[in-house]
Amino acid sequence: MTTDKLAAVPPFEPVVLAESREITEVYCADLLSWAMGRAPEGCCWCTVMGNVNAVAVASLADVAAIVLCDGAALDAEAEAKARQQGVNILRCALPVFEAGLAAARAAGLYGL
Amino acid sequence: MAAIRLNYDVPGDDFTRAGEASADLKARMKKLGMPSEGLRRAAIALYEGEINLAIHAGGGQILVELGPDKVEMTLTDQGPGIADIGLAMSEGYSTAPDEVRSLGFGAGMGLPNMKRYSDDFEIESELGKGTRVFMRVNF
Ligand SMILES: Nc1ncnc2c1ncn2[C@@H]1O[C@H](COP(=O)(O)OP(=O)(O)OP(=O)(O)O)[C@@H](O)[C@H]1O
Ligand SMILES: [Mg+2]
Repeated sequence: MTTDKLAAVPPFEPVVLAESREITEVYCADLLSWAMGRAPEGCCWCTVMGNVNAVAVASLADVAAIVLCDGAALDAEAEAKARQQGVNILRCALPVFEAGLAAARAAGLYGL
Repeated sequence: MAAIRLNYDVPGDDFTRAGEASADLKARMKKLGMPSEGLRRAAIALYEGEINLAIHAGGGQILVELGPDKVEMTLTDQGPGIADIGLAMSEGYSTAPDEVRSLGFGAGMGLPNMKRYSDDFEIESELGKGTRVFMRVNF
């Protein structure tokens, strides 16, 4: 499933839609250098970190999208950077695990 | 292709601007059509180094030498230095202050990531003088 398709599946909502990407995995973490080292390329990264540094990590680690979970806010600077660097950002109110599960189900990953 | 030399100054304590060097390097490498895996590894390793300069060293300098089959990155700072490099290199060790932890830093994974993503990694440090990190990523 692509990022723009996932953004249209409730409970997900689009925040920043850049170039659409195929979602190959789901990854959950909040500590930035943990995500930097372990997030697979092309994953949808479920996190509560909505700051400019998370956007930098997403761009450099080449994730398909950030999924901001648990209603976490994206700050204005981060949103501007995401638009500039072409980072997809979705949002949902579910906690990180449930959001990851919902994304995996929607994308038909891990045999779900 | 002759090596391209790039110089970056990383300001201290500015975590918004830290990341500019790695973003710039990534964009240039992409433009040159360099292999995406090498590009990703170099960008990740450089970002971790850049953030360490900003958080732990009050800023520093980066020299990048980009060739057709490798990129070499040297990070130098005049910060406090590292007392025990073996300890600093271990996963989970961090002296990051609370205010940067709340931004998501401080997992103690930066140096291990830098080593993991580069083909050659050297670090030397002197207390009170500063730290120098050299990384080479082969494509
Ligand atoms: N350039 C530097 N100057 C002085 N100390 C440093 C420098 N780089 C790293 N250190 C020390 O090494 C420790 C480990 O660094 P590392 O990058 O692995 O983790 P971190 O920066 O604390 O957290 P993270 O990178 O996971 O956000 C730091 O907490 C700091 O004490
Ligand atoms: Mg670090």
